Amino acid sequence: MQNSAQTGKSGPLIKQKQTASRGRGTFKKNGFLYLLLMPALLLTLIFKYVPMYGAVIAFKEFSPIRGILNSEWAGFKYFEKFLLSPNFEVIFMNTLKLSFYGLLFGFPIPILLALMLNQVRKAGAKKNIQLFLYAPNFVSVVVIAGMLFIFLSPTGPINAIATWIFGQPLMFMTDPAYFRWVYILSDIWATAGWASIIYVAALAGVDPELHNAASLDGASLMRRIWHIDLPTIKPIMAIVFILAAGGIMSIGFEKAYLLQTSMNLPSSEIIATYVYKVGLQSGDYSYSAAVGLFNSVINVILLLTVNFVVKKLNDNQGLY
Amino acid sequence: MTVKNTPFDRFLLVLNGLFLTLAVLVVVVPFVYIIVASFMDPTVLLNRGLSLNPSDWSLEGYRKILSNDAMIRGFFNSLLYAGAFAIFTVLVSICAGYALADDTLAGRKLVMTLFLITMFFGGGLIPTYLLIRQLGMLDTPWALIIPGAVNVWNIILARTFFKSIPKELKEAANVDGASEFKIFMRIVIPLSKPIMFVLALYAFVGQWNSYFDAMIYLENSKLFPLQLVLRSILIQNQAAPGMIGDQQAMAELKRLSEMIKYSSIVISSLPLIVMYPFFQKYFEKGVMVGSLK
Repeated sequence: MQNSAQTGKSGPLIKQKQTASRGRGTFKKNGFLYLLLMPALLLTLIFKYVPMYGAVIAFKEFSPIRGILNSEWAGFKYFEKFLLSPNFEVIFMNTLKLSFYGLLFGFPIPILLALMLNQVRKAGAKKNIQLFLYAPNFVSVVVIAGMLFIFLSPTGPINAIATWIFGQPLMFMTDPAYFRWVYILSDIWATAGWASIIYVAALAGVDPELHNAASLDGASLMRRIWHIDLPTIKPIMAIVFILAAGGIMSIGFEKAYLLQTSMNLPSSEIIATYVYKVGLQSGDYSYSAAVGLFNSVINVILLLTVNFVVKKLNDNQGLY
Repeated sequence: MTVKNTPFDRFLLVLNGLFLTLAVLVVVVPFVYIIVASFMDPTVLLNRGLSLNPSDWSLEGYRKILSNDAMIRGFFNSLLYAGAFAIFTVLVSICAGYALADDTLAGRKLVMTLFLITMFFGGGLIPTYLLIRQLGMLDTPWALIIPGAVNVWNIILARTFFKSIPKELKEAANVDGASEFKIFMRIVIPLSKPIMFVLALYAFVGQWNSYFDAMIYLENSKLFPLQLVLRSILIQNQAAPGMIGDQQAMAELKRLSEMIKYSSIVISSLPLIVMYPFFQKYFEKGVMVGSLK
């Protein structure tokens, strides 16, 4: 009794003191926090937002001597140039196909892997499998491309098998027909394990009692996966899907450029590599910026659309 | 306690184990091939493939690669760039993450939106390149270290971490009269070692493995990071200059360029192999914090 009376008395007192000290400290405290925020904010404004302004050169006849401000306006000239150029359809479709097929195969495989890993009961075995499957994610893209050139060369180990089956080596790196397969399968090889980690972590949080109860009720393994595991990771699937589908046109430059050979260009030239070539190799800044901007805008539209659709299908749960 | 499985379920579980074993093999075999091949005599490798006969083994590939200036310089350049990048990234992300974790900070939503927009929209390659050039960072290591240091994911990771630190800890220090600066340095920083470690590892590996920025921003070959040197060896099939005398025949040149491919891959992966066990500890932790929802 006495105890509670005491706390009852001193409670408001402490509160008062705290609010007072907070009131005095707010500006000073927040001043310090703003200071901490400054480096990240400045770097973002300079290296992310200034280039966004710089993208106006897509609408100008940019000359490095006159600078962005003083270069003359060109309107939509460079966008028209790209859209009307004979390359447009090929490059656009290459980009779209490469990422669409990449998503088609790349999205479900990590989920499958996670569901399978989740069924491994021995914790030690599970850890070891994960350790191996995550490893390729840490290999550089240059090394991966280099390994592909080694393994898929006409005299390489894969072609030793292919020659045995087909009677002749397959020209993986030079025949445009193979480019997408090489790109997508090696991507899955490199990233599927790592991409599964987020699902594995979510599945680890499932209460084992749920599985026990379901199995007592006669639910088979597949039914338990379908009714317990899948719903658990559904929200994560939605987010991963939106991010991946929204980035469908921003497929990375790095690997495509490395895997390009003069022979496979008909299927390996994508918007990102084209932007690099016309911009930095040929110095056609405005045209290249226009192509890049065109790509970015499509990307944003895609992201918003996919988010909208997923939200509708997924009980109003989207990215935002 | 254990789940009751039907015979068919048990069959599925066996199948599951087989599939996962297969997946592990698919991942491991290429690495094993590269490592074994790096110790092989290149002529034997070209003509007969891998061999377990010690007389077909050779350390020539390693000797060549370790006596190659471009490779060694690239290795230390990369070490320097990746180290500096990791430190810089961690500092920026920790500071921003800590500030944004405070619910009383006015304008934090606006700032967060500013950060998030950059995840989905950017000025593009050319405008960024022109900016770097205008800032005089072209052909300097700064172009690799500074612009990429702000990464929205890292800031979100740090912010999520700081939100999990109990408020009482800071309030207690506040009551004791410690200044905000002191709280940050004495309490927050020591507590955030795990997140700093995770961020540093990711940043280091990211920088160590990238070649694109170096390719567009650097011209002086003495500044090249390892991945650019590797690219010339692995992709462009150019044995680095100085490795092959002019008088040597084409066949020898091909032999050499084949030979150093394997050893260069192994050498370039060494730092990552050393770091990998440290990663393991933080794998799930790092990603879970990042999943944020």
